[in-house]
Amino acid sequence: MSRTMLTGNVAAAWGARLAGIEYLPAFPITPQTEIIETISRWIETGEMDCRMTTLESEHSMVTAAGAAAAAGVRVFTATSSQGLLYGMEMLYTTAGWRAPFVLVNVSRGLSSPITLEPDHNDILAARDSGFLQLHCATCQEVLDGVLVAYRLAEDERVRLPVIVNMDGFHLSFTREPVEITDAAAAARFLPPFDPGNLGFRAGAPLSEAVAVLGGSPYSYFRYQVHLAALNAEAVFPSIAGEFHRAFGRPFPAVETYRCDDAEVVFVMMGSFATKAKAAVDRLREAGEAVGLVRPVMLRPFPSAALREALAGKRGIAVVDQNLSPGRGGVLHTEISAALQGCAGPSPVLASFVGGLGGREIASEEFCEMAAVARRAAAEGRAPEPRLLFTEAERKEMRNLQAIALARGARERRP
Amino acid sequence: MSETRFRTMKDLPAAHLLGTGTAMCAGCGGLEALHQIYDILGEKTVFINAAGCMTLLAIYPYTPFGGSWLYSAMASAPAGAQGVRDALDILLSKGRISPEEDLTAVVLTGDGSAYGMGLSAASGTIERGLDFIYVCYDNEGYGNTGQQHSGATPHGARTSTSRGRSGFPGFKKDLFAVWVSHRPSYAATVVGSEPLDLARKIEKAKGLRGPRLILALAPCPTGWDFDPAEAARIGKLAVETGVWPLKEYFDGRVTFTRAPKKRLPVEEYLEVQGRFAHLFHPRRNEVLLGDIQAQVDAAWREAESQGLPEK
Ligand SMILES: Cc1ncc(C[n+]2csc(CCOP(=O)(O)OP(=O)(O)O)c2C)c(N)n1
Ligand code: SF4
Ligand SMILES: [Mg+2]
Repeated sequence: MSRTMLTGNVAAAWGARLAGIEYLPAFPITPQTEIIETISRWIETGEMDCRMTTLESEHSMVTAAGAAAAAGVRVFTATSSQGLLYGMEMLYTTAGWRAPFVLVNVSRGLSSPITLEPDHNDILAARDSGFLQLHCATCQEVLDGVLVAYRLAEDERVRLPVIVNMDGFHLSFTREPVEITDAAAAARFLPPFDPGNLGFRAGAPLSEAVAVLGGSPYSYFRYQVHLAALNAEAVFPSIAGEFHRAFGRPFPAVETYRCDDAEVVFVMMGSFATKAKAAVDRLREAGEAVGLVRPVMLRPFPSAALREALAGKRGIAVVDQNLSPGRGGVLHTEISAALQGCAGPSPVLASFVGGLGGREIASEEFCEMAAVARRAAAEGRAPEPRLLFTEAERKEMRNLQAIALARGARERRP
Repeated sequence: MSETRFRTMKDLPAAHLLGTGTAMCAGCGGLEALHQIYDILGEKTVFINAAGCMTLLAIYPYTPFGGSWLYSAMASAPAGAQGVRDALDILLSKGRISPEEDLTAVVLTGDGSAYGMGLSAASGTIERGLDFIYVCYDNEGYGNTGQQHSGATPHGARTSTSRGRSGFPGFKKDLFAVWVSHRPSYAATVVGSEPLDLARKIEKAKGLRGPRLILALAPCPTGWDFDPAEAARIGKLAVETGVWPLKEYFDGRVTFTRAPKKRLPVEEYLEVQGRFAHLFHPRRNEVLLGDIQAQVDAAWREAESQGLPEK
């Protein structure tokens, strides 16, 4: 199979093209914009038969996406950071509509301070919205993830929207070799959208998203969303298996790397996990039994697969590329909860926060994190959570602060 | 409007299509207007609703609508109409639905959303030339949350967030003009107490395509503090005093459809509503009453100076 060099953004656009999307409500934001530009070019050249509408905000964009999916067409949309939060009200709302569509989020740190570089606070803010979440680590996974996401979203046991996440810059603007799936094979894997009972038609009146009075009907419909998300965990293996057979590429809910005999493992999501992989290789060369566990699916939370992957490990270094101020890393909390009450000796968890706003996580830091996790395991006691920041960075910050605070700093600005 | 099928009151629909027994207050002017609008638009519609009083029309498992309904949020009902319309067009073009199954997308929104939070979404749909009807029932405040002042609240009115002796210090925004500046296919003001005028306008809007505004003054017994039985009279007084000019925009021109020959003094409209009681009691606030009258007169003078033709 031949591979083409594609950025993560163009891979996402290819995913949408191969999925035969019919409708693209759009709004620009860096680093996502290349996705909608690519699709709009294909629409103009006639390579794609899709209607694109540029809304005036992401709030409207998500509304239009959900409304069109509820009306029975296959919808794709994309955004990033501030845009995802601007549309947040409608993420919850359209998930409640049980509108199956796919949204690609290109992760980018949230304001303030404003930045363009990635971390996962944007996507994690949508964690409890009812959208399912797939977190990609490579450009290939982005393309594959979009196809898998439609199968999940549209499955009649699920019927929920799905976010496919990739990291800004590190994937969105980075070219990697990607196998562009054969269109006919993609169409066999993902047949045209069967909207079932969705849709607005004359003669078949439908009331959607009506108000409820009281906690009972409200609870009922919210539980339905939860149960549908749990169904997604159940149907995922068969969809992923079918994908593997059709295209020869696995798409696991949880990726494990050199884990089988590992005593210490890193747990990380997204493209920064590739850095952890490289660290695992180096540590292995040095004779250390280290591995990596990477949740690809975050919602539904693949508890069973994670427990299986983490069973028997002594120390776990959870590296969160997000920060819940006043609590710490979000993934750390979720992993702790998943391991709670498991049979057998429980691994010791060490919590690290790193990679915020695209901050590099250096090779030595991975070595240090593995060492901390190993020591903690030996002592049988979880260490204090750590925020990655080096002495050199601290010095550099002091320099920047000195400039910022200096009188006349404005005049000296180039 | 010579081509109308509504020549006299006798031509109006005899029975309402919209079901009764809803959670709206007795004498709700918004609901009265909606009844009349729905009679003409009919059930081949999908109503996309913004958060407000009318959201409680459809409470699970009941709905008074024979056609379809989608509740969206406070800010983005027009975007919901965009998604539904775009999807219907896609389905039509691919033959997945027949033209007979097609629906008209109708936004149903209060003023708080229409004049404020939802304005950007509405502006976007007009600019994109969306084929839809936008119905705003204007009760001049955030009614559902207890009548706080909104961008549609008139000068001097008491609301739950303007309780002082001079009432609301701001001025009502001119949403009709905001829409007209976008050059929509059609825009009209209506009130349920003028059913013939309303019916003709809905009929006309129904026959057009593109973005169409129906801005209905919605006398609100609960928020405006008057006896529900007075709703129709207050609507009529709004027209006869010139507070609520009945007009329409079509083909680049604004036309007054019901300009009163001689306008009644504004205070006849104000004194029958509790929300203006502080202008009369304990003593008359001559300054404020004069200001309000002057605003109405100025608006009409401006219209007349532009030589706006009257039907
Ligand atoms: C984003 C958001 N903010 C606030 C609300 C609370 N809210 C619900 S209805 C409403 C008032 C809407 O006013 P208007 O559009 O005039 O409709 P009315 O209630 O008068 O019918 C408000 C503020 C909401 N639903 N959503
Ligand atoms: S508060 Fe006013 S607008 Fe709302 S239902 Fe009651 S009368 Fe109608
Ligand atoms: Mg209102």
